[in-house]
Amino acid sequence: MKFLARRVGFYAITAWAAVTLNFLIPRMLPGDPVQSLINRYQGSIPSSAVHSLYVLFGLDTKKSLWQQYVEYWQQILHGDLGLSFVHYPTPVSEVIAQSLPWTIGLVGIATIISVVGGSLVGVYLGWRRGSWADGIVPVTTFFSSVPYFWLGLLFISLFAVTWRWLPPGQGYDTALTPGWTPAFVGSVLQHALLPALTIVLSSVAGWILGMRNMMVTVTSEDYVTVAQAKGLSERRVMFGYAARNAILPQVSGFALSLGFVVSGTLVMEMVFSYPGIGYELFQAIGGKDYPLMQGIFLVITFSVLAMNILADIVYVILDPRTRQEA
Amino acid sequence: MTAPTTSAAFPASAARERRPILEIRDLVVDYGYGEDRVHALRGVNLTLHEGEVLGLAGESGCGKSTLVYAATRLLAPPGYISAGEVLFHPEGGGEPIDVLRQDERSLRAARWQDTAIVFQGAMNSLNPVYRIGRQLTDTIAAHRPEMTRPEREERARELLSMVGIAPNRISSFPHQLSGGMRQRVMIAMALALEPRVLIMDEPTTALDVVMQRQILEQIMELRDRLGFAVVFITHDVSLLIEIADRIAIMYAGEIVEDAPAQDVYRRPRHPYSDGLLHSFPPLRGPRRELAGIPGSPPDLAHLPSGCPFRDRCAFAWDACAAIPPRLVPPAVPGDSPGRLVACLRHDPQAVRYGGFEPLPAPDRLAL
Amino acid sequence: MSNMPLDVVPVDAAAAAESAQVDTVVPSRQRFVFLRGAKAITGLVILGVFAVIAIVGPWIAPYDPDEMTADLLVHPSWHHLMGTDHLGRDIFSQLIVGTRGVMIVGLVAGVIATVLAIAVGVSAGFLGGVGDEVLSSLSNIFLVIPALPLIIIICSQLSDAGNFVVALVLAFTGWAWGARLLRAQTLSLRRRDFIEAARASGEKTWRIVWFETLPNLTAIIASSFISTVTFAVLSQTTLAFIGVTSVSDWSWGSILYWAQGNQALARGAWWWFVPAGLLIALLGMALSLVNFGIDEFVNPRLRLAGLTPREMRRRKIRPRIGFTVVAKDAPRAVARPAVVPVTELDEPADESLPADAVDAPTGFEPPASLRRSATPDSTGPADHEEAAR
Repeated sequence: MKFLARRVGFYAITAWAAVTLNFLIPRMLPGDPVQSLINRYQGSIPSSAVHSLYVLFGLDTKKSLWQQYVEYWQQILHGDLGLSFVHYPTPVSEVIAQSLPWTIGLVGIATIISVVGGSLVGVYLGWRRGSWADGIVPVTTFFSSVPYFWLGLLFISLFAVTWRWLPPGQGYDTALTPGWTPAFVGSVLQHALLPALTIVLSSVAGWILGMRNMMVTVTSEDYVTVAQAKGLSERRVMFGYAARNAILPQVSGFALSLGFVVSGTLVMEMVFSYPGIGYELFQAIGGKDYPLMQGIFLVITFSVLAMNILADIVYVILDPRTRQEA
Repeated sequence: MTAPTTSAAFPASAARERRPILEIRDLVVDYGYGEDRVHALRGVNLTLHEGEVLGLAGESGCGKSTLVYAATRLLAPPGYISAGEVLFHPEGGGEPIDVLRQDERSLRAARWQDTAIVFQGAMNSLNPVYRIGRQLTDTIAAHRPEMTRPEREERARELLSMVGIAPNRISSFPHQLSGGMRQRVMIAMALALEPRVLIMDEPTTALDVVMQRQILEQIMELRDRLGFAVVFITHDVSLLIEIADRIAIMYAGEIVEDAPAQDVYRRPRHPYSDGLLHSFPPLRGPRRELAGIPGSPPDLAHLPSGCPFRDRCAFAWDACAAIPPRLVPPAVPGDSPGRLVACLRHDPQAVRYGGFEPLPAPDRLAL
Repeated sequence: MSNMPLDVVPVDAAAAAESAQVDTVVPSRQRFVFLRGAKAITGLVILGVFAVIAIVGPWIAPYDPDEMTADLLVHPSWHHLMGTDHLGRDIFSQLIVGTRGVMIVGLVAGVIATVLAIAVGVSAGFLGGVGDEVLSSLSNIFLVIPALPLIIIICSQLSDAGNFVVALVLAFTGWAWGARLLRAQTLSLRRRDFIEAARASGEKTWRIVWFETLPNLTAIIASSFISTVTFAVLSQTTLAFIGVTSVSDWSWGSILYWAQGNQALARGAWWWFVPAGLLIALLGMALSLVNFGIDEFVNPRLRLAGLTPREMRRRKIRPRIGFTVVAKDAPRAVARPAVVPVTELDEPADESLPADAVDAPTGFEPPASLRRSATPDSTGPADHEEAAR
């Protein structure tokens, strides 16, 4: 289990680094934008909230940096990320708690579809090299060269504005009351379709290409030739021997590129006004809501780390060599 | 063919009926598809007989492995076969089958039953993510669908103990085995369906000497028991002399000498075989000087005209630059029937046809 | 920003390069041969056109991009090639003028990030031990931390982030992937004979790094530079689009920002947001093409030797693992020539095969099993743990 121990250590360091970056950035950059925000809301912010903002953004210059750092950690560990100014006076943690499920639902499902579908197509393309299927590669390259958000704009203008097949944005029909009613669930699904489609289309190319190239590499391994020499069925050689091994780097590649994938999908939420974390971030940018931005950064980083741990567990299940006793 | 008397460790089988089992005819293999492709094999003829141990020797890159991979159609792209026939004679007589014309379905069905292979890289021959047992049983399952799961597992255990591995290793992963054990597993796997031909591509190169010997003894013992024919590829000619019945020496994508093992050892007819023999210390017998071969093998993409070996050959003369040699019986009276050599010193007819004055085979090559 | 997985492409380049022997000491003249293929050249030409527009943009633009006219939201016409926006400003001019910002950010961020990546990656690969642990953990941390929110935090707290500031921030957040690739490649290079020989003969480390290692990393460095430029261009566009950077500077992203903010979609003003996106896509495609060219060079297994895929299909050659193609009708140069006198003597052949594999696109590629004999256990558990990190 040395492998997992190492990984856990790495995640601990990464989490620490993210929190520390969050601590350092407002202190190192010139100006105190948060101070001016506090001044603007003078009187209406409860003093405890003012204190937590002071701790978060280092406005209390009388304390030493180290003291500030300790206090900062204490506050973060209590889940206090300050007040949101855009949603004044809701605490940042509450804003995030409300929007996170939307993001997980949309981005999670779209990414799973993209990774699984892309990998399957990649397996086929890598196995059948030199057939017509190679023609798919340039098409997918185009989709991966387009920014996510622009594809979103294009789809909205086609599917929502021109043809009026699907709603142009929002998470659900605002005329409905949220709840587990068929109408509401249907509306949620309907609203998620277009953003999900866009995420899948623009991210699937990377997974196709990655898997294809890994397949090409793995198929020249001896054990694939041995499997063919043994006269196993095509399916068995392709999936059991080639793809089964090519998937390993794909899993670790997935873990590493999650940060990028998530970043891209956040912008997608902005385009679709989808009520997730990304849209909150967009609103925070517009309203110069620094506490919300920094809170979102932390939460996203921790979510990515959590997904990395999941990917590691999958990797350990898939690769017996990592299970070796130390 | 004569039964050699020197080899005590591996008594080569007495001459069996010389019925061919695998015939390779005029096999041409290219690498690359465009104009600048390379001819890795340039018209190779070779016959393997039932129960025979055929050694295939030559320097790295001479095409030994390419030959057997092409003959089994396992050669990876960009290699491809551009001419020739590979005839496999089915058990109990009948029309031979051209492996190169076989459709995918029947080729797949015939594989591993007819010809099994032990690959060069034992380390990479096993799928790292499957247990040994699974890799043994899936072979059996593919060809013996009538066997039940417990029967297949029983067979896998039996195979493992046959090559000297504890049957409980069936649930090990490849990375939990040593290099020698992995190679034994590969041998066990190759014998799973009791094939008629076993191809071994430098099966012991990566192993230490003790392990090499153990594995070789084991293979020869199994061969005597099960009676399969063996094609044994190595660059170690002295090893072949001990275990092989017949040896084919390859150079630059061609066979340059094909003769009974003891004849190659005692009376080499091609200057390259001669050089190859003198680059290894003999395991037995009198001491002799190690000479080696000057120069290095030619670039297959830019082969010289005539004989590809001429640049390194002590007996080359101007005819060698003009006439590509062909495999002919050596011009030495009293040689074993069926032995062949591709050297102009033994082919006065071709030399004369090319308009040169033939030179006799030097004493060294006409012992 | 979005399209990270594209950069995953060269992930196995290091492993492949090891077996393909591409970089046994490359003569300096041939150092950029990887830019020779048709794909790479197409990409470079497109990049060149963009570079020219970036330089001369403000002079060739037909209008002042900020000049408001009474032609509000007009369709594309000869008068306004790509129509106008809600204030009557010429979109074609905005696109041309905006090219500069995109290119500057891409180039500056690419250069700085690549320098960082070389510094971290090559030293990690060369130091080994604790130094390697620390440096590669550092790059992995930067890989895992989602870049966009971090960039947004930094850029939005800097009042009015200009192009150079944005480029700096992007370089600071985008160097890690290249460092990872370079480290892997340096590690494999370090075990190569000629580096070992240089060490054994007592050459100084900086000399080994500068003269023996870096020249052989050119392809990987170029590939990681291109990837970083792609990352920077897409990020810059994204940042401008969501309004983090200064919206008064023209760039393709800020055009989209104005379009989105002024209901271009609802108004059906497609000419407002379609061209900018297509330009980004074109630039991205050009960069990918260059990278594909490099990748096919580094990883010969991705290349179908000698023939184009179409030609192969026409001749019904379908390379497959495990079922060697039998193409007996293919024209053959020489088989086994009949015994016919040949008068002229050919030049003696070159010594070794792999040496010219750099140059010849169809270098003799022996089967995998032949190649691997030197490192029989190259995929041990250690390597895999490495791959997982």
